[in-house]
Amino acid sequence: MREQTVVIKGIKDGLLISLNPTEEWNIVTADLAARIDEQMAFFSGARVTVDVGERPVRKDELSSLKALLERRGITLQAVSSESHTTIEAAIALDLRTSNISTNHARDGVDPEAEGVAFIVNHQEEDGSYGIMIRRTVRSGRRVHSLGHVVVFGDVNPGAEIIAGGDVIVWGRLRGNVHAGANGDENAVVCALDMIPTQLRIAGHISVSPDEKRRKPRPETAFIRDNQIVVEAWK
Amino acid sequence: MGAKVVTITSGKGGVGKTTTTANLGVALARMGNKVVVIDADIGLRNLDVVMGLENRIVYDLVDVVEGRCKLRQAMIKHKQFPELYLIPAAQTRDKSAVSPADMIQLTDHLRPEFDFILIDSPAGIERGFRNAVAPADEVLIVTNPEVSAVRDADRIIGLLEAENKGPGQLILNRVKSDMVRKGEMLSADDVTDILAIRLIGIVPEDESVIPASNSGTPVTLNEHSRAGQAFRDIARRLMGENIPVVPVDEPNGFLRRIVKLFVSGNDG
Repeated sequence: MREQTVVIKGIKDGLLISLNPTEEWNIVTADLAARIDEQMAFFSGARVTVDVGERPVRKDELSSLKALLERRGITLQAVSSESHTTIEAAIALDLRTSNISTNHARDGVDPEAEGVAFIVNHQEEDGSYGIMIRRTVRSGRRVHSLGHVVVFGDVNPGAEIIAGGDVIVWGRLRGNVHAGANGDENAVVCALDMIPTQLRIAGHISVSPDEKRRKPRPETAFIRDNQIVVEAWK
Repeated sequence: MGAKVVTITSGKGGVGKTTTTANLGVALARMGNKVVVIDADIGLRNLDVVMGLENRIVYDLVDVVEGRCKLRQAMIKHKQFPELYLIPAAQTRDKSAVSPADMIQLTDHLRPEFDFILIDSPAGIERGFRNAVAPADEVLIVTNPEVSAVRDADRIIGLLEAENKGPGQLILNRVKSDMVRKGEMLSADDVTDILAIRLIGIVPEDESVIPASNSGTPVTLNEHSRAGQAFRDIARRLMGENIPVVPVDEPNGFLRRIVKLFVSGNDG
């Protein structure tokens, strides 16, 4: 098996994409594109930092990488490299240059791991990483987190919550929600009133039944026997 | 202190922003306020037509911003109310002809002399919307009792919150009480349940609105129109009066139900 060319993981302010510094550039970028396309829902709207190691990347190469990401709804926010050429190209394109130590960044990533490796930056208990939103998430707003998402308010129709982990809504959930967006089948969605436009957990999709005038009740959704089930939240 | 700048917006088109702006402008002027209404829908101007002032336009908003005329020259005095002025939009340009900073500067010039400055926002969430909202002290969001309009209103409220323009206040326009009663149309409660903002007025569907707009005499001048009454109430709430907002047709709804009962009793 060829050495993995693309490693993706979570950092404090988005995703860090590390591109193999020795493999041919065209192959690396094609692998990256394929990887993103496999998990479109997760990457869409993300902000990423790209680490190219010691590889010198020309301005035109970097600019086409930026375009490749933008076409998939991803913002290239920073470039990390030990090469002067790359840093100059990044500055010319008005991109932030970051000095993430590449050795440290690769800690803990198993290169043979299947799928995308998301390693949370915090060395806390597994899964304790998340964000808390203390307001109503209105139509057109998208919340995207590698960890859990807790909303203290409603999630209105037209809003989207995408989480690597669980989604807890202390309010009415009426928008789109995707828990376990990186493939975690153990992720759950809880809400005080569960009427999402569409509910996804990992690779499963379901929609709310058409009920007229129902009484709001706290419910939780999870995967059982390969399908999404919703039960009273106990 | 000066004028209060009130922007009327909606997200979705065709819900009644321009009708609302014209009616509130006229209602406020009739109650003795000095009012300017500004049409920010550059390229698709309508407010002049609804107010019956189309044939008096010489200069417009873009002429003012680009310095081709003085602000006063673009202000058209209303036929009936000398304290009501209209600044029309340009019809031959687009939204990019004006910037949010231009709008703030323009309203700052007007503030000392007036009580209310109403801005009629274009539909959408792009440049035209941002122009209209930039100078606002208060934002009124017009919506209809239908799901798509409410969805767009929700988006607008989110954008206003992001710009620290507050959540705004809601006008629910074109409510048909009989459809609400039958459960075929969203009720005021259904709408405020989703949007969770203050309701400043409910305007009933009224057949006299369209002919009034076509003839350039806003419906609020018609004493018998229920929609006209609703706009007058909203104007008074804007002036700080405390008038409770009641769902359309509630008072005689009970009566009508009895009549219906009576009629259906005869049929049976």
